[in-house]
Amino acid sequence: MTVQAANGTTNAPRRPPPPGGGPWALGSVVAGALGSSMTRYVLRRVLWGIVLLFVVSALTFLIFYAFPSADPAALRAGRQATPQLIEQIRHALGLDKPLYEQFWIYIKGLVLHFDLGYSYENNVSVSSQILSRLPATIALTLGAFVVWMLVSLPIGIISAIKRGSAVDRATMGGALVAISAPVYWLGLIVLLLFSRDIGWIHLLPGSGSYVPLTSDPTQWFLSLLMPWFVLAAAFAAFYARMVRGNLIEVLGEDYIRTARAKGLGERRVILRHGLRAALTPIVTMAGLDLGILLGGAVLTETVFNIPGVGRYAYDSIINSDLPAIQGTVLFGAFFIIVANIFVDVVYAFLDPRVRY
Amino acid sequence: MALLEIDDLRVRFRTRDGVVRAVDGASLTVERGRTLGIVGESGSGKSVTALTVMGLTRLPNATVEGRILFDGTDLVGLPSDELRRFRGSRIAMIFQDPMSSLHPLYKVGWQIVEAIRAHEPVPHDVARGRALEALEQVGIPNAAERMDSYPHELSGGMRQRVMIAMALVLDPDVLIADEPTTALDVTVQAQILDLIRSLQETHGTGVVLITHDLGVVAETADDVAVMYPGRVVERGPVEAILGAPEHPYTWGLLQSMPSFSAGAGRSERLQPISGQPPSLIHVPSGCPFHPRCPHAFALCPQVEPPLVLSQPGHDVACHLAPAKRQAVGRQLGLEEAARGGVATG
Repeated sequence: MTVQAANGTTNAPRRPPPPGGGPWALGSVVAGALGSSMTRYVLRRVLWGIVLLFVVSALTFLIFYAFPSADPAALRAGRQATPQLIEQIRHALGLDKPLYEQFWIYIKGLVLHFDLGYSYENNVSVSSQILSRLPATIALTLGAFVVWMLVSLPIGIISAIKRGSAVDRATMGGALVAISAPVYWLGLIVLLLFSRDIGWIHLLPGSGSYVPLTSDPTQWFLSLLMPWFVLAAAFAAFYARMVRGNLIEVLGEDYIRTARAKGLGERRVILRHGLRAALTPIVTMAGLDLGILLGGAVLTETVFNIPGVGRYAYDSIINSDLPAIQGTVLFGAFFIIVANIFVDVVYAFLDPRVRY
Repeated sequence: MALLEIDDLRVRFRTRDGVVRAVDGASLTVERGRTLGIVGESGSGKSVTALTVMGLTRLPNATVEGRILFDGTDLVGLPSDELRRFRGSRIAMIFQDPMSSLHPLYKVGWQIVEAIRAHEPVPHDVARGRALEALEQVGIPNAAERMDSYPHELSGGMRQRVMIAMALVLDPDVLIADEPTTALDVTVQAQILDLIRSLQETHGTGVVLITHDLGVVAETADDVAVMYPGRVVERGPVEAILGAPEHPYTWGLLQSMPSFSAGAGRSERLQPISGQPPSLIHVPSGCPFHPRCPHAFALCPQVEPPLVLSQPGHDVACHLAPAKRQAVGRQLGLEEAARGGVATG
């Protein structure tokens, strides 16, 4: 998913301006017709989002059938399955119907009953599975987000101000390492170092120790500490580099010279004038990344065995559990689309030059 | 005593390619209520001189030497946070490109209020009132509404008016205008220059006007300093500099200006100054202008001419005999006047 164009017009087909000057009539937009044009813009985006979700589910369906990893019916029939049994299961799951019919049934259920179907694996409703796993994913994602922002902002700002210094070189070198380190590798290393069961230092609960917040807050917090930092590492590094780069660019702008010429203190020049402008694109990025992760942080959840949506997606792929795959993919796509719309709307508030 | 006196200012930047001598012994004075025009090509050190007065060249790779006496205080040696108190309140500056000089994400009223409150602990609504007054003073229509406009909602001329309002809202003693009209339409240029001049009259501000446009100088300046790589090569009252210039570089500048009077024929050719402006890293020996000077002789590449008094109020740094310089300069001034050039405005 790419960052949407800031002006938002590239996403929508160009149509003739509606009577009375709509969002396309630039002058009237500047005059402050924000409310109505913004609503129309969001509505348009939501409609397109629904179309997109439909396309995503059709593609998932097609991919699953075009490249079957394993026959779901055979997988469920057990080791010594007779062809009759497999055929029976196939019929029970509706897999013997033509593809379009299966898709039609699926979409009908989804639209009419918000029904994502039932898992081939254990006949549990996919939507209830996803919803029950959502808190873990949200906890992981938001915690990691806090960590990566708290780490990347100060590092990015300091290395931008002290460009070329030892601090700058050390942190940016470290950032490069963190960006390059894959989550599953970093996760295993961290487990090997700090987990209570296999770690060199028996510090934190290891893989599979996640409990819901409501049952034991302390255990919940401790079990998520390592996942938070592991998931945040690459993001923190990437964001630190982005903050640094943006801030260096902004600090070279004429309006920063103006701010200094006004006699403002250096702290105010950098934070209020520099960072404010440098952060706008970063907020956009952060919104999109959050959306992607809320759809399931597959690798981190798998390495740390956190029962989140990402772990569910991983398991369902391993088990060729089409309804579950379909459900998690749609769910992920949903969050990404929502994040996209959200970010585009927020952008208009962050940057007054952007109007829809 | 002069309001602002720059004495033998030297600003160097260490770069990968070598030491850039952006300003190399420049001396200037600005009097209260008068306008000093600083003229020169790109890279002649005009802007760096101005930025150094503001303390905006205090970078890790820069060294600043010499004196900048402002109202009796030497700004060169002043600690940064003390200098900051002068900046914006007693010495203000406006820049070439009003499109990029205002913060795009803040309302213009807010930006002016911020400038006020950086120096005076007044309540927000008092500062807002003064900001509004300043916008009205620089002739912005519907100033109350414009307070809540973002810079991108204003035209270039309006933005430059906002910059001027912001610079003058604290009633500074010195206003430095660095090419304030270069980025604007010709019709707007005249309005902005008029505005600066009228505000100067009411406030008694000393103005430093940096430009490469001799027409602007002729219209606006009381005194002129001509800069050539980091040095002042000629300075004096505007009538003297444009009417009877004595430095070959100034002659070149005048001759490379088009004139627009009806009598000037189209066949008339401009005479550009030959050669390129010198590198600020490898400045020519002796008089830095000698490689491009049609009048250069044996002494010029060897000894740098000091800036010395030629006639009352008129200083020149040139080895040519004063009588010859004055003769050529007067001749040129007459020709300029005859073809309706800048000297007659």
